[in-house]
Amino acid sequence: MTDIRARSSEAAEEMISITVDGTPIKAHPGELIIAAAEREGVFVPRFCYHPRMEPVGMCRMCLVEVSGPRGFSLQPACFLKVADGLEVLTNSDKARKAQEGVLEFLLVNHPLDCPVCDKGGECPLQDQALSHGPGESRFVEEKRHWAKPIEIGHFVELDRERCIQCARCTRFADEIAGDAEIDMSARGDLIEISPFPTKPFNSYFSGNTIQICPVGALTAAPYRFKARPWDLEQVESTCTTCSVGCRHVAQSSAGKLVRFLGIDSDPVNQSWLCDKGRFSFETLYGEHRVTQPMLRKGDALVEVRWHEALAAATTALRDAQAADAASIAVVGGARFSNEDAYAWAKLAKSVLGTDSVDAQLGDGLPAETVLGLPRATIDEACSARVVILLGPDLREELPVLFLRLRAAALANATKLVEISPVETSLSSLAEVRLSYVPGESRLLAEGLVGDSEQAEAEGDALEDLRRARALIGDGSDVVVVLGRPSLAESGETIASSAAALHAGLPGARFLSALRRANVHGALDMGLAPGVAPGRVALASASEELTREWGELPLSAGRDATHILQSAAAGDIAVLVLLGADPLSDFPDRSLAKAALERVPFVLSLATNLDASSSGATVVLPVTADGERSGTTTNLEGRVSRLAAKVATPGVVWAPWIVATEIGARLGAPLGAATLESLTDEISRVAPAYAGVDAALLGDADRRDGVVVPFDKSLVASLPRPIDPIATPGITSVFEQGAPIRVGTGEPVGGQSQEFEVPNATPATALVMSSAVVVAPRLDAYSQRLVLGRSLYDEGTLVETSPSMQGLASSPTLRVHPSELAKLGVTSGDKVRVRSASGSVEIATTADESIDRHVVASRFTQDVAGECDLAALIEASLLATDVRLETI
Amino acid sequence: MAHLSEENLVRARRLAEIYPKSRSALIPLCHLAQAQDGYLSEEAMEDIAELCGVSPAEVYGTASFYDMLHTEPVGRYVVAVCTNIACMLNGAYEVLEHAESSLGIGVGQTTDDGLFTIEDAECLAGCDLAPCVQVNHRFFGPLDAAGFDGLVADLRSGALADIVPAHGVLSRVDRSNGLEVDPVGDVAR
Amino acid sequence: MITNAAPIVTRRLGYDDSHTRERYLATGGYDGLRKALTLQPEQVAEEVNKASLLGRGGAGFPAGRKWSMLRKASIAYLVVNGDESEPATFKDHLLVERDPHQIIEGTIIAAYAIGATKAFIFCRGEFALGFERLIQACNEAYEHGALGPRIFDSEFSLDLVIHPGAGAYICGEETALIESLEGKRGFPRIKPPSFPAVMGLYGEPTVVNNIETVSNLPWIVENGGEAFAALGEGSSTGTRLFALSGRVNRPGWYELEMSKTTFRDLIFDPSLGGGVRGGGDVKAFIPGGVSAPWFGPDQLDLGLDQDAVGKAGSMLGSGSIVVMDDTTCVVRAAWRITRFFRRESCGQCTPCREGSGWLEKILQRIEQGYGREEDLDLLMDVCDNISPGVSWPPQQTTICVLGPSIPSSIASGIRMFRDEFLAHITGGGCPMGSH
Repeated sequence: MTDIRARSSEAAEEMISITVDGTPIKAHPGELIIAAAEREGVFVPRFCYHPRMEPVGMCRMCLVEVSGPRGFSLQPACFLKVADGLEVLTNSDKARKAQEGVLEFLLVNHPLDCPVCDKGGECPLQDQALSHGPGESRFVEEKRHWAKPIEIGHFVELDRERCIQCARCTRFADEIAGDAEIDMSARGDLIEISPFPTKPFNSYFSGNTIQICPVGALTAAPYRFKARPWDLEQVESTCTTCSVGCRHVAQSSAGKLVRFLGIDSDPVNQSWLCDKGRFSFETLYGEHRVTQPMLRKGDALVEVRWHEALAAATTALRDAQAADAASIAVVGGARFSNEDAYAWAKLAKSVLGTDSVDAQLGDGLPAETVLGLPRATIDEACSARVVILLGPDLREELPVLFLRLRAAALANATKLVEISPVETSLSSLAEVRLSYVPGESRLLAEGLVGDSEQAEAEGDALEDLRRARALIGDGSDVVVVLGRPSLAESGETIASSAAALHAGLPGARFLSALRRANVHGALDMGLAPGVAPGRVALASASEELTREWGELPLSAGRDATHILQSAAAGDIAVLVLLGADPLSDFPDRSLAKAALERVPFVLSLATNLDASSSGATVVLPVTADGERSGTTTNLEGRVSRLAAKVATPGVVWAPWIVATEIGARLGAPLGAATLESLTDEISRVAPAYAGVDAALLGDADRRDGVVVPFDKSLVASLPRPIDPIATPGITSVFEQGAPIRVGTGEPVGGQSQEFEVPNATPATALVMSSAVVVAPRLDAYSQRLVLGRSLYDEGTLVETSPSMQGLASSPTLRVHPSELAKLGVTSGDKVRVRSASGSVEIATTADESIDRHVVASRFTQDVAGECDLAALIEASLLATDVRLETI
Repeated sequence: MAHLSEENLVRARRLAEIYPKSRSALIPLCHLAQAQDGYLSEEAMEDIAELCGVSPAEVYGTASFYDMLHTEPVGRYVVAVCTNIACMLNGAYEVLEHAESSLGIGVGQTTDDGLFTIEDAECLAGCDLAPCVQVNHRFFGPLDAAGFDGLVADLRSGALADIVPAHGVLSRVDRSNGLEVDPVGDVAR
Repeated sequence: MITNAAPIVTRRLGYDDSHTRERYLATGGYDGLRKALTLQPEQVAEEVNKASLLGRGGAGFPAGRKWSMLRKASIAYLVVNGDESEPATFKDHLLVERDPHQIIEGTIIAAYAIGATKAFIFCRGEFALGFERLIQACNEAYEHGALGPRIFDSEFSLDLVIHPGAGAYICGEETALIESLEGKRGFPRIKPPSFPAVMGLYGEPTVVNNIETVSNLPWIVENGGEAFAALGEGSSTGTRLFALSGRVNRPGWYELEMSKTTFRDLIFDPSLGGGVRGGGDVKAFIPGGVSAPWFGPDQLDLGLDQDAVGKAGSMLGSGSIVVMDDTTCVVRAAWRITRFFRRESCGQCTPCREGSGWLEKILQRIEQGYGREEDLDLLMDVCDNISPGVSWPPQQTTICVLGPSIPSSIASGIRMFRDEFLAHITGGGCPMGSH
């Protein structure tokens, strides 16, 4: 593997020598003076410099004396690169006077309103005024005044008086996010940060500008005046908004979560978060939060005590089990921790005896595909020769993976080949984009790895195919990012395409792009039909597993689609929903409705009362992100720890405790007394998780998690390239030795330990289908529907977070203008969209980028909504053919 | 793209093409939009963003850096009184004060009839005419109070129509040659 | 002593229609280019080297050496800097309006010498008439066969773009000009590494020459570098266009042989400045644009010579001389110049952005009678934080030289007229009754 962790040692030989304040040090060729000095413990003050962005040398705070042909001169340490023999004086009289001078200048027009500033107490301007400032100001004139604060975006407020014009925010927006929605405007001392007058700064990544603002100029609307930094308590944890698993710090004040900050985890999120993840903590305090168990009495759900709710659930499960264990089905768990998922997999498969268990909701890929393909990490994708994108618009579903791949493509570290039915946010960066009609991706995949002359493409499409083939070559060092491009085409067609790519490019590895936070962990834990923990088939489960689990179900279970089909047919007696909401999330809306109406007993473990749990028989309140401990597995298979920061409201339980309790009531204790014992049990019975126990994950050097199967030969982790002022609050906590509480465990020690790890068993037992799955040809009068998700939707998280409400845009149908012209309607007009299963009226948007055979929109969870295109999807079909009609 | 007129859109596309990279046409296009509207409207900036391949915020941010580009409406005649050193030594501030009192507006303001906007300008490179004034970037000077009144009267009467076009018009001549032939080819495109 | 060397760049300006194609062609226009095209590019460059032509933009760097620094590469751009904005400088304004063809011919010659196939003339936006005339002249040059493919049937092809500025002094700084030409805010680039000859326009090697510099080229090619070098003295060769303004009877432009004329001649000679307006005495003068430190009457006999002025602690800069007489309040003069720098600072570097405004506010306070004695030390120390040492040539804490230009007038004023500053402070305002 291309292991960036090996970088520091490889480069050791070619280091050059410089002198910093008289001390000789080694530096990497091409390294900036500021970075070389910092590694040796010499802190050069700075504001505009950020280690993850191109330097601009603007704020002049980092002026140091540097030797040159004409003697020493003042140069910006953040801009000048080291050269062999260079002498640097960071603390000479002249350098100090320059630094003090700059700091005094920065403060002349600064309002010094620290007492009422959110940044006060964690402010690099305050800190460096103390460490590198002149101590007092000689400025007696009237300061510059602005109206403040002004709202420049949905989450971001700007105080122009505090701004020091360092351009970190505008550079982030342009360079990192690719959303140049803010820029500096005006000139000289009138410079301000401005969005375009009619276009607010609503980038999905806007919150990062607040985190990297070195003063209190940019503040977060949801955090303003909520806390003082010195009152904050914090733990390191993993974001569970999507499956990228960004490392973050959860901060609370007075027992409430008030802020998430991104951590600079080099292999994962490199300090960035998306806004949905950053502000997701608000969902804990939404009005639909479930804090008490509820039992349906008549038409109403009534709050009851745990024992009453559990008794009802246990009775239903026992009765169903007695009749036919296969009449029990479990759906969901992809938002739970690994321990929760494991406990429920064990309960379902070993106690209840059903294999009809699925963490996915018909919106993912077959478990064998996800678990059976050779895997790649995010880093490996970002440094692969070629990345083939066959999945959703990453910016909408896995925002920080989008940032990582965007950066890699821009740096020419990798080349992108995109296979998609409609353009995505990465299309403009792709070397080649291959367009396909939904349902027919397999044909394209075959053309890509087979003989392109045999492919059905012609003209430009054939030319593109040839170019893509040339890029891909023999498939060495190729990573396929694999997910669902559209919810209106079956996952089986994509799985079939993946099988073709795998067969044709044996060297290629795959990075899953399934979106739900811990879907990969849940599948790894066995929450899928025919699957046992550790990426192995149930049929070939290890002795260790059989010892722990006892008897395993004999008949193969059903996946979510088949579970719902059985339910609709009246064959399911008890449906357990593990934090899942099929009514909102299952692509075939009609099937989900029919199923949930028919099932006599729905047991829902929920954090919020959503569409499905509102109709359940029993609702059990469970922990949300920020309240729970355990581990989670991201899309690359990285297992990292979740940390509980705040107490649970009401009588909320962790899902694994619910499973244990039900098991006990059914007379079959699961045998796990503590969360840690579950983590350890997983490491014993799940081959892919061998050795990844609580002790290993609790090690401070492993706080970025470990990729499973665990390779102990890899160095634990790089020292984090944290800019001391880029991640406010976090570093100072590290340096002051305050405990970083990981999980519920005790504060962890700083020493890396030696771990005894058994060799992980390669997961070979899962067999992917190699069947050719291609939708029937599109008829001449129809078009194929493409439905992708968007970041802000009608999902629980957005709906229950006050700051995010209203961010979901109303969907429109994107159609090629010539198709609109055929109908005689203009962009904006409503049309009727008819499929075999229904019809929906929706406004159109003309879009030249849309293929003529395709119409596209976004998937909504707006169950009662008028333009709910999910009503057109039929789960039994491989693609959704629609016809447009005028109204 | 809708705001620039058909004719100006043709000119705009030509401008974008004569540069190796279209963003270089950003400022010439801002001048073009100002010539059409008298100032740089939001709609025009969105057109320019599309023509130059940048975001509207970048057009706004860039345009606002430059004194000649007005993102708010201004008068038909922008009267810029230079007050820099050479003009100041010859009475420029007295001319500026007279301009303000005679037109009844302050610096940066526009008369109610929409005819005049006053600017306190930095050196306009007309120091041999000190104190000098530019009207829509056409030079007048040396001026005293009486001279200023005469200038305003001439502007009002239209006597200077040949010399001073409406605000925003920089050149009344378009580049007409060398557009189709690019001897360099697409070297840096 | 004033020499009567024949004018070079203003040789056509006696005609009212000097800007027209007809007049240009009737007065030997494009002959220099025709001759240049018969030479090898290196030979043209050699003539310019022999002429020792110093750049006329302000920094005074030898043009030939600038060309030879160009990194050898397949792409090279020529950018002609006509964004003249240094206060009291109006020579390029004159040349753009009155002899645009000469600029274009000089541009083509320079492009030929450096091997550029695309050239830009960046014309200050406020020169609306001049810009219009340049566009007209450019169209005519294409028609005449002097631009476009195979110029005058030679193997040399050149495309020329006349580019309008939009009002920002900083764009006269060559890297800010390049940024502006790329359609961005005029933020100067950090040098090293962004020397235009290495990483200029679009990151490619680029030569930036001033309008007056290229206007000399047709004459130099026609008459030979040696003829040019025969004029002037030492390194200050040829003639130069001086702009005289302020408290003089005959403000205006004067093309004079370098070194041979003194400041006193320029200001007092009846055929030149014609003496101080109102008949008073010279109190101080600025020898080369407001970025330059001031001189007092004791320096009046210095020659108009780049080295001599440099040795005396200032610069000939853009060749613009501003005369202050005994009616001038030096505090107000320093305030107005500082106000200019505050308004024109691009805002990129903290010391310049914040320091210029601070200095302006202190000076305004002193001028209005609210000064404190310690303000003089404060002014000097704030200047020191922008330009360490406040010396000449200056050091800087900023990216470009706008920052270290700010202290020039303040340090000059306090050094030469400390008593007048103190009189404002102790007397509660301007002793001369100005504002």
